[in-house]
Amino acid sequence: MDKVRANLMLCAGTGCVASGTPKVKEALLEELKKRGLDEEIKLVLTGCNGYCAEGPVMAVYPDQVFYQKVTVEDIPILVEEHFLKGRPYQKLMFKEPEKKTAIPRMGDIPFFKHQVLRVLRNKGLIDPEKIEEYIARDGYQAMAKALTEMTSEDIVKVVKDSGLRGRGGAGFPTGLKWDFASKVKSDIKYMLCNGDEGDPGAFMDRSVMEADPHSVIEGMVIGAKAIGAHHGYIYVRAEYPLAVKRLQLAIDQATEAGLLGGNILGTGFDFHLEIYLGAGAFVCGEETALMRSLEGKRGMPRPRPPFPAHKGLWDKPSVLNNVETLAQIAPIIMNGSEWYRSLGTEKSAGTKVFALTGAVNNVGLVEVPMGIPLRTIIYDIGGGIRKGRKFKAVQLGGPSGGCIPESHLNTPVTYEDIVATGAIVGSGGMVVMDDNTCMVGTAKFFLEFTADESCGKCTPCRVGTKILLDMLTDITEGKGKESDIETLLDLGRDIISTSLCGLGQTAPNPVLTTIKYFRDEYESHIRDKWCKAGVCRNLTTFWIDEKLCKGCGACLRACPSKAIIGEKKQPHKIIQEVCVHCRTCYEACKFKSIKILPAGFEGDPSELLEAAAAGEGKKGDSK
Amino acid sequence: MPRLTIDDLKKIKEKHRADFTLREGGYRAKVTVHMGTCGIAAGARAVMTALMDEITKANMTDVIVTTSGCAGLCAKEPLATVEIVNHPPVKYCDLNDEKMREIFREHIMAGNPVEKYALVAGCESTY
Repeated sequence: MDKVRANLMLCAGTGCVASGTPKVKEALLEELKKRGLDEEIKLVLTGCNGYCAEGPVMAVYPDQVFYQKVTVEDIPILVEEHFLKGRPYQKLMFKEPEKKTAIPRMGDIPFFKHQVLRVLRNKGLIDPEKIEEYIARDGYQAMAKALTEMTSEDIVKVVKDSGLRGRGGAGFPTGLKWDFASKVKSDIKYMLCNGDEGDPGAFMDRSVMEADPHSVIEGMVIGAKAIGAHHGYIYVRAEYPLAVKRLQLAIDQATEAGLLGGNILGTGFDFHLEIYLGAGAFVCGEETALMRSLEGKRGMPRPRPPFPAHKGLWDKPSVLNNVETLAQIAPIIMNGSEWYRSLGTEKSAGTKVFALTGAVNNVGLVEVPMGIPLRTIIYDIGGGIRKGRKFKAVQLGGPSGGCIPESHLNTPVTYEDIVATGAIVGSGGMVVMDDNTCMVGTAKFFLEFTADESCGKCTPCRVGTKILLDMLTDITEGKGKESDIETLLDLGRDIISTSLCGLGQTAPNPVLTTIKYFRDEYESHIRDKWCKAGVCRNLTTFWIDEKLCKGCGACLRACPSKAIIGEKKQPHKIIQEVCVHCRTCYEACKFKSIKILPAGFEGDPSELLEAAAAGEGKKGDSK
Repeated sequence: MPRLTIDDLKKIKEKHRADFTLREGGYRAKVTVHMGTCGIAAGARAVMTALMDEITKANMTDVIVTTSGCAGLCAKEPLATVEIVNHPPVKYCDLNDEKMREIFREHIMAGNPVEKYALVAGCESTY
């Protein structure tokens, strides 16, 4: 008897592996064997499932039951209940944050329900280390079609008509890029893949490379045929060991099966593919810098033109596409451009993958049709803000992007609409921030990153980002001057207009957007020495409102510097001289009795707090 | 793995069809064997083994087998529910190895419910 009646798809993405997948796998195999179920129930290790916050996760088919936070201790009872007796095990099921009822089926869980999978079509459905599983999901069919039935012009036309735009951030039409390179005459051309994902908080490309490496390879062979290239490189950062391992395995398997290398599928077409490990410099995500790095030189951008389509890697015509872009190619070839356009908007067709992180309930990887409002992603898929806090801003596009406030949450996610807010879609990092976030501090965080990653070639970027950073640091430390805001704006615009590459041209975006939408916060930092979110230590005074304090002692016990005094059930008090402004008490208080006041505040703050509350209300009304 | 041809791609897909019928859905028939304590005691395991044996022998890739808890009618265990897509499900009772094999041939393969073993047509919803 070798009928398999169930497949257990255990996530082996980086997140779930870190949360314990290897141990869970061993325990599961052992328990299934013990129960005599090891032949009829098959365990499959998949790539990233996307629901990373609740890992290790496991989907059970055909029942479609979804389990999360699976531990070794749960295994015996899980196997007995579900796999032996057929009773799905409630304890490990997804539960809605506010309700206690378990939702067994994957398709009913809000996080999955609103997603449309194209790039992530094989997510959680195949074992990325087995080429047969990819082939069983129609893998390499599109490549076979492209190599046998289509000319270079046919391929370029389908991709052009599909409206697919580069998913790496800039959104340049992929078909056009291929068109340029295909028309250049050259004995050698290169088809390249950009896996140098570097935005803090972004992990879309890593997940695709880990969960479905063959989809990237297939896209590259099709692209190679379109432009007439016979050699290619995948540029991946060395910090992605699992992605590198799975890509290498995929390349080896495909080469052995004659799907890569010489005479692919007996069609006479050759394409040789290698992986090149990057050292993890952010600037190497820029195409000309990436190509320099591939040549073994220091990764620095160069002026364009000439564009890489004419003179790229080793001065040969080259096309560089992002991982996510390439993963979309095979389904477009199979289903046609009209099918691709059936989702998304006129100018932003298809779907986009986002790495949803920060203060939302459901952290993970999500794929949605372009054009859906930000609000849907954050509230319906993301499940709203953690701990019932208030939404403050969503940061899109990483260090090159910007912060979008509540008032713009209905903005549809398209390249044009997001740019109009001052942010960019970018590669798809989406960091949600709640009201405990200081926006000046957020801008400073991203500037620290870009100032550090600037390659140093252009003075405005090398020196300018440092000046921006110093100025932001001064503001957060209470040394801000009234003129600082204007200087930040001026200098920011100058850096944008005088830098050579995308790094400098976008580095000031976090500063400019936070000033645009949260100028009052900069002003209160500079004028009132008041960080209302209570993050900048020099700009706060923590104070207990005696009318609200119940004397529960939670803050007193939490305070690491013993700065809080008070008897049980009597209002407590903070000794300002001892307080280190760590905000631990603020987090600990359940009665919202701890207030954040300007630095060095003394006396009765009720008037100030009323005015601040009224100001908040007015701001809400005007939106 | 030897070098593949385009035909081989299709063959590999066929070979893995059973696994992907499970994962993607799209099965033609689903058999639920009720495996509560009562079902197991009455011999549900032998019924399921027989069923899976038949499926393997017939090389059927569009039939899935799943288990569920006690069906609530412990006196008539072992019970199994056969659902052919777009047809009302049929519950069979007092099953054994041989009866299950007959149901597989008659109902699942040929599409004719085996009335003499049937308890009732229709089913409470399951997941």
